[in-house]
Amino acid sequence: MSDAVFEQVRERLAGVAGEATVAHGTLALEVEAARLVAVVRTLKDELGFDMFLDVTAVDWPDREPRFDVVWHFYSTRHFVRIRLKARVTLADPTVDTLVPFYGSARYMERECHEMYGIVFRGNDDLRPLLLYEGFEGHPLRKDYPKQKEQPLVPYRDAKP
Amino acid sequence: MTTQPARPAPSGAFEFLTTKKDEFVGWARKFSLFPYPFVTACCAMEFMSVSSTLYDTDRFGAALPRFTPRQSDLLMVVGTVTHKQAPILKKVYEQMCEPKWVIAFGVCATSGGFYQNYAALPGIDKIIPVDLYIPGCPPRPEMVIDGIMKLQDRIARDRHPIINEKF
Repeated sequence: MSDAVFEQVRERLAGVAGEATVAHGTLALEVEAARLVAVVRTLKDELGFDMFLDVTAVDWPDREPRFDVVWHFYSTRHFVRIRLKARVTLADPTVDTLVPFYGSARYMERECHEMYGIVFRGNDDLRPLLLYEGFEGHPLRKDYPKQKEQPLVPYRDAKP
Repeated sequence: MTTQPARPAPSGAFEFLTTKKDEFVGWARKFSLFPYPFVTACCAMEFMSVSSTLYDTDRFGAALPRFTPRQSDLLMVVGTVTHKQAPILKKVYEQMCEPKWVIAFGVCATSGGFYQNYAALPGIDKIIPVDLYIPGCPPRPEMVIDGIMKLQDRIARDRHPIINEKF
């Protein structure tokens, strides 16, 4: 059954999205960041992918463009998942927000923004979610030092 | 504490007993701990276990948690404390009245455990003084009880300011 849905997605998005592969029962589509909104609109309005699962990023320190931004969607009608991937550069790590389509994207974009520094154009609330005001850098990037701490309370130096 | 019946009463109860003032006060204090549980993570499960019927910290006079730091004298920090939470912990500690004691419950509160990264505080003793460390991930209830008893011994040996030349 999922194969039929995937075939339908492939046909409908031919020419808009890039390469499509099936991995672990999930259809993975490469998209250009500029075409993201068009692809998501089609997925949601025509193909029945009505649930936003997650947005995250992958850091490839030696690759150019350096980041993959990865979205997952689920269809409560067809019971299948789909994955979108878009590449962005370190100089301009910007993609469009999906908040107009899925309200639940707001928090996940906030998390992705603070952890990887991806900018979601159109999301007006990119304040830190799990981190705190004043935290410098993006801790899930590969070049963030593993044990670097940014304490909010000054440490005591006396040992008990 | 040294106690000795003067003579056996017919009922078998003590009619009076003798002790030393500071030992008596120490004995009273060590069984009247009022813990404030600052519980943040999975060690909470072990904390519930040690508090409830089977292990029963009530036996040590440390069973009635106060959910305001102003009424408590034993701060039990149970679980991982993140940098984002550190100001809250510091404020809770500062709100407690003297005398007060702090237990670091579990390895995360003790040293950060395996969270040596951007998010976690590497041990609560970086920001507040700690009297007792109970390691373990999570610690066994027996270790917690052992820890509480060690703290009680220390409290019993302390001299309370109430004991002076007028008392």
